[in-house]
Amino acid sequence: MSEQTSSAIPVTVLTGYLGAGKTTLLNRVLTENHGKKYAVIVNEFGEIGIDNDLVVGADEEVFEMNNGCICCTVRGDLIRIIGSLLKRREKFDAILVETTGLADPAPVAQTFFTDDDIKKKTKLDSIVTVVDAKHVEQRLADSGEAKEQIAFADIVLLNKTDLVSADDLKRIEARVRGLNPFAQIYHTARCGIELDKILDKGAFDLKRAIELDPCFLHGHAHDPSHNHDHDHDHHGHDHHHHDHGHDHGAVNPVHDEDIRSFSFATDKLLSAEKFDAWIQDVLMSQGQSILRTKGILNMKGQDQRFVFQAVHMVSEGEYTGAWPAKDKRRSRLVFIGRKLDEAALRAGFESCVA
Amino acid sequence: MAGARITTFSFGDYIVAAAVNGRLFAVVLGDGTVRLIDSETLDAEPVTVAAHKGAGLCLSADIDNGHFLSGGDDGRLVRIAPLGKTEVLAEIKGRWIDHVTTHAASGVRAYASAKDAYILGKKDKEARKVTHATSVGGLAINPKGKRLAATHYNGVTLWWLASKDSEPTRLEWKGSHLQVAWSPDGDYVLTAMQENALHGWRLSDGEHMRMSGYAAKVRSLAFTRRGHFLATGGSERVICWPFTGGGPMGKAPVEFGGAGDSVVTAVASNPLHDLFAAGFDNGTLILGQPGPGGTALVMKPTGNSITSIVWNPDGDKILAGTENGDVHVADFRPV
Repeated sequence: MSEQTSSAIPVTVLTGYLGAGKTTLLNRVLTENHGKKYAVIVNEFGEIGIDNDLVVGADEEVFEMNNGCICCTVRGDLIRIIGSLLKRREKFDAILVETTGLADPAPVAQTFFTDDDIKKKTKLDSIVTVVDAKHVEQRLADSGEAKEQIAFADIVLLNKTDLVSADDLKRIEARVRGLNPFAQIYHTARCGIELDKILDKGAFDLKRAIELDPCFLHGHAHDPSHNHDHDHDHHGHDHHHHDHGHDHGAVNPVHDEDIRSFSFATDKLLSAEKFDAWIQDVLMSQGQSILRTKGILNMKGQDQRFVFQAVHMVSEGEYTGAWPAKDKRRSRLVFIGRKLDEAALRAGFESCVA
Repeated sequence: MAGARITTFSFGDYIVAAAVNGRLFAVVLGDGTVRLIDSETLDAEPVTVAAHKGAGLCLSADIDNGHFLSGGDDGRLVRIAPLGKTEVLAEIKGRWIDHVTTHAASGVRAYASAKDAYILGKKDKEARKVTHATSVGGLAINPKGKRLAATHYNGVTLWWLASKDSEPTRLEWKGSHLQVAWSPDGDYVLTAMQENALHGWRLSDGEHMRMSGYAAKVRSLAFTRRGHFLATGGSERVICWPFTGGGPMGKAPVEFGGAGDSVVTAVASNPLHDLFAAGFDNGTLILGQPGPGGTALVMKPTGNSITSIVWNPDGDKILAGTENGDVHVADFRPV
């Protein structure tokens, strides 16, 4: 009953710290002639129609579902607004949700997994985080939200790159990579990017993300033996990483002491039952600390790839089609979170071998 | 009551809400229009009223015969006369009016926009505003017309309609509370939640009721005319909670009806008999009673989810609105 249909309206969530350039991007979406009709949900704004589009003010009301489970916090105002938008005569091609600079993106993302009506009629397309290259290091030093916004992103716009040197940019990208190994990163000045690179991308939809980018999740997977000696200096100097040109990660990630990611891989077949039991237990017990989880898994007795993703405790997993013939059937799983026990997670992952 | 004659109107856009006042049925649509249907002359063309610039969000009978109130995402509360003449009763710029309810005998209207609810008596020049910590999810005036229940996150606030200075009563329960209903004796307040559950309070002793086990959001609840049963949506059968003999606490609900794995999306109580109409996600429309009374099929599945059902005051006709804009009026009177 809650099956997504192909007509599900794509939703892009736009996050970013104050002054990062979200408004610039929003204005481009509202004014450029991209031939699509957007409903744009912004903070504390009256409802104004701009040309073809509709701008709706939201109140950013977060509440807890299931009687107080903090990982099941959702945005009530979004449920209400999107519920009504879906009843309007003028149908929208897409919905863009702007969050405040201080917002935790999790409740926004969780809203799209939790409410039946919204789940049925929309699909979370991607979480786009605009990062101010000039000020991001300061932000990361003093704001938990700035880190979370990057950690949650499917796409990061590293904006205002014209205001920093090439070396600075490398260092900053390494920080971003350290917080989030799977986001696509674009460099922009004044959010100058073709909108089709960030809108209606299906970046949140793992199935599509894999099709678009076969290296997705390989790119930065750490070798299980990799030593996570991370950089504790927020204003770190040069890391002298080799520059591999810009495909899939020119930089080596610089890890944050607070939010970190762990990536595990194995060539052995996994047991779907064991994985399911283990991952549900991990998410139930540590879902507060785990921000995002993404994985592509090779289950015993299955020709199809199993793709899995979660925002805190809310997860979804499905078989999404055959492995490409040329691909090595390697299972990969990435966690992004706070104070995660890497050894325990790795042992758990390895115990899922069939 | 079997063998209903059904008249179908195709209005072409989402039926957001339905109401009845005297012989007139009204529906408000996703395109912002209100359509008035005369239940006595179903072959006549319905009146189309351009009530809102954006989408219509809520609808209620107004306090005098044949009139309606509709709220929309243009921030307007519009009063609609029987022939379709409109009057803007309130306008809240940049906001949505998404809930409205009235109590005819006491001449009071209440409507809500975001965190604010407004109380507007027949003779009031200006509405009285009451504010909640979070957005209002539903409104209902008690059967005596004295108190307004406004749902929000973490509970319900009960305001005294006539007394501006008295402290409201706060009923607390974690979570987001949406639709709300009073029992006919005014002692119970029931809410449908964002979770697949109901919550209830008995005002006389503050007792809580938790009713869960639903497959989907409940979204529709209706008491029988004397309050013996509360029928609810959100499940594959119509779930009816008994309110006789000390309330539903510790009792199992009585169920009736069913349309495969389709979920009940709207219920409405007959004004004269202990009888419910229920609509399903797949468009099935049935009549039924809790217990052994059984059910009668009014409409086979059309594939278009039923969003709202109302009975006429004589209890011999129902109107059912759907997601795709079809409105069915079933006439149960003998030919």
